Amino acid sequence: MGVLEKISGPVVVADGMRGARMYDVVRVGKEKLIGEIIRLDGDTATIQVYEDTTGLHPGEGVENTGEPLSVELGPGLLASIYDGIQRPLEILMKESGAFIRRGIIANALDRKKKWEFKPTVKKGQKLVAGDVIGTVAETEMTLHKILVPFGKGGEVAEIKSGKFTVEETVCVLKGEGGKKHELQLMQRWQVRKARPCADKLPPDTPLVTGQRILDTFFPLAKGGVAAIPGPFGSGKTVTQQSLAKWSDAQIVVYIGCGERGNEMCEVLTEFPHLEDPRTKKPLMQRTVLIANTSNMPVAAREASVYTGITIAEYYRDMGYDVALMADSTSRWAEAMREISGRLEEMPGEEGYPAYLARRLAEFYERAGRVVCLGSEKRLGSISVIGAVSPPGGDISEPVSQNTLRVTKVFWALDASLAHRRHFPAIHWLRSYSLYTDSLKAYWDKNISPEWQALSAKAMALLQKEAELQEIVQLVGPDALPEKERAVLVVTRMLREDYLQQSAYHEVDAFASLRKQFLMLNTILHFHARSGSALDAGVQLRKVQELPVINEIARMKEIPEAEAEKRFEAINKGMDAQFAKLLEEAAKGGG
Amino acid sequence: MALTKEFKTVSRVAGPLVFVENCGDVGYSELVDITLPDGEKRKGQVLETSRGRAVVQVFGVTTGLDADKTSVRFLGEAMRLKVSESMLGRVFDGLGEPRDRGPAIIAEDRLEIIGSAINPYARSPPRDFIQTGISTIDGMNTLVRGQKLPIFSGSGLPHNDLAVQIARQAKVLGAEESFAVVFAAVGITHEEASFFMRDFEKTGALERAVLFLNLADDPSAERIITPRLALTTAEYLAFEKDMQVLAIITDMTNYCEALREIAAAREEVPGRRGYPGYMYTDLSTIYERAGCIKGKKGTVTQLSILSMPGDDITHPIPDLTGYITEGQIVVSRDLHRKGIYPPVDVLPSLSRLMNAGIGKQKTREDHRGTADQLYAAYAEGRDLRSLSAVVGEEALTEIDKNYLKFADTFEKRFIAQGRYEDRPIEGTLDLGWELLSVLPETELKRVKREHIEKYGRKFRKEEKQ
Repeated sequence: MGVLEKISGPVVVADGMRGARMYDVVRVGKEKLIGEIIRLDGDTATIQVYEDTTGLHPGEGVENTGEPLSVELGPGLLASIYDGIQRPLEILMKESGAFIRRGIIANALDRKKKWEFKPTVKKGQKLVAGDVIGTVAETEMTLHKILVPFGKGGEVAEIKSGKFTVEETVCVLKGEGGKKHELQLMQRWQVRKARPCADKLPPDTPLVTGQRILDTFFPLAKGGVAAIPGPFGSGKTVTQQSLAKWSDAQIVVYIGCGERGNEMCEVLTEFPHLEDPRTKKPLMQRTVLIANTSNMPVAAREASVYTGITIAEYYRDMGYDVALMADSTSRWAEAMREISGRLEEMPGEEGYPAYLARRLAEFYERAGRVVCLGSEKRLGSISVIGAVSPPGGDISEPVSQNTLRVTKVFWALDASLAHRRHFPAIHWLRSYSLYTDSLKAYWDKNISPEWQALSAKAMALLQKEAELQEIVQLVGPDALPEKERAVLVVTRMLREDYLQQSAYHEVDAFASLRKQFLMLNTILHFHARSGSALDAGVQLRKVQELPVINEIARMKEIPEAEAEKRFEAINKGMDAQFAKLLEEAAKGGG
Repeated sequence: MALTKEFKTVSRVAGPLVFVENCGDVGYSELVDITLPDGEKRKGQVLETSRGRAVVQVFGVTTGLDADKTSVRFLGEAMRLKVSESMLGRVFDGLGEPRDRGPAIIAEDRLEIIGSAINPYARSPPRDFIQTGISTIDGMNTLVRGQKLPIFSGSGLPHNDLAVQIARQAKVLGAEESFAVVFAAVGITHEEASFFMRDFEKTGALERAVLFLNLADDPSAERIITPRLALTTAEYLAFEKDMQVLAIITDMTNYCEALREIAAAREEVPGRRGYPGYMYTDLSTIYERAGCIKGKKGTVTQLSILSMPGDDITHPIPDLTGYITEGQIVVSRDLHRKGIYPPVDVLPSLSRLMNAGIGKQKTREDHRGTADQLYAAYAEGRDLRSLSAVVGEEALTEIDKNYLKFADTFEKRFIAQGRYEDRPIEGTLDLGWELLSVLPETELKRVKREHIEKYGRKFRKEEKQ
């Protein structure tokens, strides 16, 4: 039991803490505020407190729990909403009303609820860490696999079946030297330590997001990491939410780190009503939300990303594809800076601590496609999508730069696109993805062998447009030859009718890979036809008047179910219209 | 408050900070009464405390403070504000004392001014459309009840006129509810403050308003407190008294300057441009105090004004603000020079909660599409304007010329409106369609086809097919 010596904001110093270890969780003062040891100096410990420290006095006691910050892992995580240190916000509201009272604690997992446990092992079977002992239907969508915790293993001495709470023993293992291990539905894991896996594999499957600009041009692989930096108002949060809604991950962990309260509330009210386009079940059933809004204590914000990724790793270990959205990692980095400042550490670039780069890299490295522990060689993955909020939108700042060094996909949000309401405001010339090659086999097999060539061609056109625009800026569009003006017509189509996608439109919000292929194919078909028409002497003006242009503009509103038929009709119509033009041109003698 | 301790052990005074020794164990954030040698009183707050020592931030000037005779009394609790419904119609100073020579407030409650965070789970999403009667806001950056929408402005721009016009005209359609304005002046001039007061008086809004004034010549350290007093009052009126509260805070830039001053006096490691590294967190504890709560009728809508130093939107103050608030209304010097009022530049302006408050049964089904179309067309027109400055208007195509024309009339008719002109939302949207009628229908890609038929056709004269 230590004694408080000094209080300065969220950082406090306590004396008499002999025996305490780094990152042990402590309870501070009479109100028993939750804190974590972040520096030790003899008997003196510096503690970051996860709650507001108003009213704390020097001389009050500090109690060491002797355990590092951990999360509870077990059935009941899905569809929950937690704060940065895994306190369930729903329970907090029941206990303390609309405002979060200090010192309040609540169990992350419901201790009373009974889950139907179905064992999958038999007495006498030999198990190692990571093996599945049984399953619980956590939601209609997800089978929760109960795993042998890390560091345990042995022969099944007892296995139960039926309804249990998360604390009741469902299985007993006889380990080495006859040591008994009692297993429950729940286990604990410390958040700052990555959960182990057997092996890491290179990614080879895309995380399909249903967002055209991402899937077509800058795909993210399952197990990959992506960064979305952008100034405020450029649509980071909307993009993150679209990904949380539509990506084909089996589990989604959404961390609102230092975000707006109203935005988190929006997610909370919207997700239960949204349907997963693949399973037709409410999206909330596959989602874990972590909400530490900007005005909630800064130290808990620092912890929130670790809490999130630990939960993600837990589901990965069951063999699921998990997508984790962290919005925004800049707020997390700022929380580190704030704590570091209070510790009077020597600042690095822009006041961020010198260990910023290491912490960011460590966090992103917890993503990946892995072979899980256990004897059945399950595959699981965590894809991480981190939003970055660079001051003034200038990505030369340390958080963006250090993030870009470890992420392989970069989705550059652009303020000027956002101003003209081109959403998603991801700039096609500045973004990149390094997964294009490793995903080739998948595209060839699952969409079309032409897919990559098609998207490369579209990108080349957009590049060309940028060059042409420079000329137009100088001499006006009339100075361009017809052929090049035709390119501008097509690229405008690409930008407005393909890349732009409304997150709020009932049909447009999600486009399957097949539909993306059909759309892009149609536009490039138009490009080819218009090119040969111009060669045959048709005026560009005539091409621009073709009714098919209108149909192309409305392609995005075509429902998935009607896609094949409608696109075939559009392309047929287009061919007919061009044929007519050519006929006229031939009659008119060129 | 039984045990208050008094000490005469000041060891050091630096800027607004007083270091007190041998004062026992005082609580963090405790309120402090300081008596100067000449009997004058100051208030302060504990910023750092350790065994027997405390650092106190003084609200007010430290002139006349000394190390011998000055006495410091720790009040044993954090700063609280006496609140009651009778605050309506009253004027207070930056520390919450009556400034209008009226009687002291008889407290119905005493609330800590550093409010706890609202549990995100307890929030209910803001959904009610507020009609401000200003086209650029209603039509394109819709304000919603419970939203925090700042006005980004610059010195010499009419942001105050805009703010009072919003306060005067704001209403929720079809609702008859009690409405209140909480106004916090943070470091603004007497002239500006009296402009607000005169306008409130003229329109009768003063009876429904609570004013907290910290003027330019008032102590800067008080500025840390003033907005929090206002928001504590706003929360009380909204969540205890079921009122629809509009909180106006002006000017947040002065608040941030005060924050920097204190950080510098504490010799803290400075962040960007000398502002403290925790400014984001600090600002969020102000801005996030807006919203709607499940099961409560009242709401707090926040409209703060900040002047961007050098009109620079990437300056840390507007930058950090933009990352917390749900959008921003940007006032532009270019439009102001053209004589357009209100000079709201719609392109960088944004309302993040707009979608929740518009559409069928709220405003009109075509609202989203029309707004997007206006945005896209105006952005295109503005681009072409700079292009035509280089290559001349003759070099543009017919369609491009129409876009240019659109951008001009859009500024003159849609953006511009009178200071007392209260445009209903229907009128704003119809005006939008009317202006869009200079463009061919094939260019209108952001609007649904049926909406063109229903709302747009009537403004198209010659090309009725």
